[in-house]
Amino acid sequence: MKKFIQKVVKDNNFRAVRLLAILREIQTEFRYISAEAIEIVAELLDIERTQIISVIEFYSFFHLEARGKYDILISDSITDHMMGKQSLIEYLSNQLHIAVGTVRSDGLVSLDNTSCTGMSDQAPAALVNGYALPYLTKQKIDDIVSLITQQPPIKDWPKSFFTVTDNIHKTNLLLKQEIAQGDALKATFKRGLIETLEEVNISGLRGRGGAGFTTAMKWKFCLEEKETERYVICNADEGEPGTFKDRVLLNSFAHQVFEGMTICSAIIGSQQGFLYLRGEYLHLYDQLQSVLDQRHKQGLLGKNIIQSGLDFDIEICLGAGAYICGEESALIESLEGKRGIPRNRPPYPVTEGYLNKPTVVNNVETFLATANIALNGGKQFSDLGTKKSTGTKILSISGDCQLPGIFEYPFGTSIKQILKDCGAENVLGVQVGGPSGTFISNQEFDRVLAFEDLATGGSFIIFNKDRNILDLVKNFTHFFAHESCGFCTPCRVGTSLLKKQLDKIVDGHGSAGDLLALEELCQLVKNYSHCGLGQTAANPILSTLQRYPEIYQSQLKEISFEPGFNLDASLETARQLANRNDANAHLIQEGE
Amino acid sequence: MSKTITIDGKEIPFKEGQTIIEAATAADIYIPHLCHKPGYEPHGSCKLCTVKVNGRSCTACTFPATEGQEIINSSTELAEDRKKITQMLFVEGNHFCPSCEKTGNCQLQGVAYHLNMLDNHFPHFFADRELDASHADILIDHNRCIFCSLCVRASQESDGKNVFAISGRGINKRLIVNSETGKLKDSDIDVNDCAAHICPTGAILIKRTGYTVPIGQRTYDKQQIDQVSLAKEHNKND
Repeated sequence: MKKFIQKVVKDNNFRAVRLLAILREIQTEFRYISAEAIEIVAELLDIERTQIISVIEFYSFFHLEARGKYDILISDSITDHMMGKQSLIEYLSNQLHIAVGTVRSDGLVSLDNTSCTGMSDQAPAALVNGYALPYLTKQKIDDIVSLITQQPPIKDWPKSFFTVTDNIHKTNLLLKQEIAQGDALKATFKRGLIETLEEVNISGLRGRGGAGFTTAMKWKFCLEEKETERYVICNADEGEPGTFKDRVLLNSFAHQVFEGMTICSAIIGSQQGFLYLRGEYLHLYDQLQSVLDQRHKQGLLGKNIIQSGLDFDIEICLGAGAYICGEESALIESLEGKRGIPRNRPPYPVTEGYLNKPTVVNNVETFLATANIALNGGKQFSDLGTKKSTGTKILSISGDCQLPGIFEYPFGTSIKQILKDCGAENVLGVQVGGPSGTFISNQEFDRVLAFEDLATGGSFIIFNKDRNILDLVKNFTHFFAHESCGFCTPCRVGTSLLKKQLDKIVDGHGSAGDLLALEELCQLVKNYSHCGLGQTAANPILSTLQRYPEIYQSQLKEISFEPGFNLDASLETARQLANRNDANAHLIQEGE
Repeated sequence: MSKTITIDGKEIPFKEGQTIIEAATAADIYIPHLCHKPGYEPHGSCKLCTVKVNGRSCTACTFPATEGQEIINSSTELAEDRKKITQMLFVEGNHFCPSCEKTGNCQLQGVAYHLNMLDNHFPHFFADRELDASHADILIDHNRCIFCSLCVRASQESDGKNVFAISGRGINKRLIVNSETGKLKDSDIDVNDCAAHICPTGAILIKRTGYTVPIGQRTYDKQQIDQVSLAKEHNKND
């Protein structure tokens, strides 16, 4: 073991910031990270063992106890449930003779749930030893069970099991055609860097992760910092349940994304960039690495890029199962080899980001768009969309529709139009922007896609009238409790309390007071949490409670409280003393 | 002329680089807090010191004071919500004040009294937490840990060690000890370390000193936490 770890640490140049990458290799090799391994890594990296333990305990894909030789994680997104996930996992659990959440006693297999794996258009999905298994069926489960019995290595499993499809159904400005490799960079240098930043400004492009900060402004702030060691980070940790557009962009438009990052590096003056790829997208790692190699050979990365004098390189870093790392400062912490805890702000990453140096963090789609803008100018981009939301938005559509997949629309497009295009009928409502977004009812389909109306990072989940609203609210609320990083009190305790309180009501044990308590708790978690996760964790409850109060009401017990004694009988002494027995001297128990 | 901020309508001066809580303390204004302690790197995790700055919620212990901020520290809403955050800390761990040797000297209890907390409001988690009595002089009762991380910071910043760390995620968050066995006796903590004495609750205790001061004559038995805190922390901020 020592030799293996020494090699891994050496391959990572003894850099503590590479801790996640190092732990990932140890986890893959030994199926867990033992106390002995922790001691060796701590010594080689010269860091405290507690840092390593805390990182292992923080990320879902690292373990202090051994997983099975075949470690199967079933995606637990609402979209997986809608496609029959529950019966499949029960079937698999029966066939393998293993309870969910355990390792089989012979150590051959382990089975558990995991948060959305970014395969909502090909659900139900799973991960086996980290690799995506989309389009699960009962037949496929049978095949998997027999493979596990025969024990061939994962690389010898049928390739077709691991085929992830793009499912692009509607294209517009960005997806119509990928720009030729190097063209956007050439255009940038020809036009001038400041002039290109001005084009990004003219385009009106806002961050595509969902928050919508103006891209040109972010780059300008970073450029204006005194410190000249600066970084570019591409946030490919798309963990919002129901989102999968970055998966497709990195599968089929990776050159353009990397080109967008390179343009950013030229403009802000950075020499090093990172692609933070969510652990669930391990299947993309090798091909992305080869795209980087190719760009090196083409002179589009590395030293003196297309004879411009620009030096820039990109490193791919894999996450390890933590939704919170989609938050930019948590992502930076993770890149530094730590737990993904969102930082206090100010300072913002443009001032103090990676290694406390000025850093631009943008979404995959944002970089894709900037490459387009650098080549074709800002105006053709701002001509599309609305005044406050220019350009197009790439949606990941899933749930009850005929064409789940990728749709690109100019901002300002109505929900009605989108539902028509993807073949959704008999619709109850749509979850726009994932669990942290909003649930809209079928009375609101004239609303439009825009930062000023319905903002979304891309997630768009459709529910038809056969679905139970409370199922999705429960799934989302449990998701947030599972993914809370635990840093601040309102989110750490609050998301777990929300889960308890919601379950109490949904399971039929609530009374009227419980609904008030639930709402009160929602406001507390929303108003006092440290970061976006906690601030939006109550959205599923709040947005459905506002639209469908009757659904919640119908779960309640008839009485407003559980009486501890008989109120009217207790008044008997008083009645006798007052010598009264009229109607006003009696109390009727409320709710009876 | 020195720069000023306004807290609850009262104009107070601040120095460049001060956080809101530092400026407030210097002006004799108490903002409830648990994870903050003057002299240590701000943490901002307990959220008890949340104030409204120009209408926006901010943690006073991390947010820099800047010219002209309009801050609300006392309002019915803040008082009620701070109480609920405190109740969250109570139900998350296992806090039984009457049987805890820290009673009367406990900041969690002190803040709870200050905020007029009369019950736990939320359902209890009944977390299964351990007790580490391995060390000859120091005891850790994890039932009472509120993850303020003061012991982590004190060990690093004052003692030049790294005895404690926060691990786990979400509601499974936990305090861990830096030793091969994970036990305190095998760490390099010393009974005179700041980290051994800084705990605001009864999670880290010095053995055999629990009842040297009788109940009824303890810090918060005599004075409310706002008075104690201002008296203690005032000078350190200057």
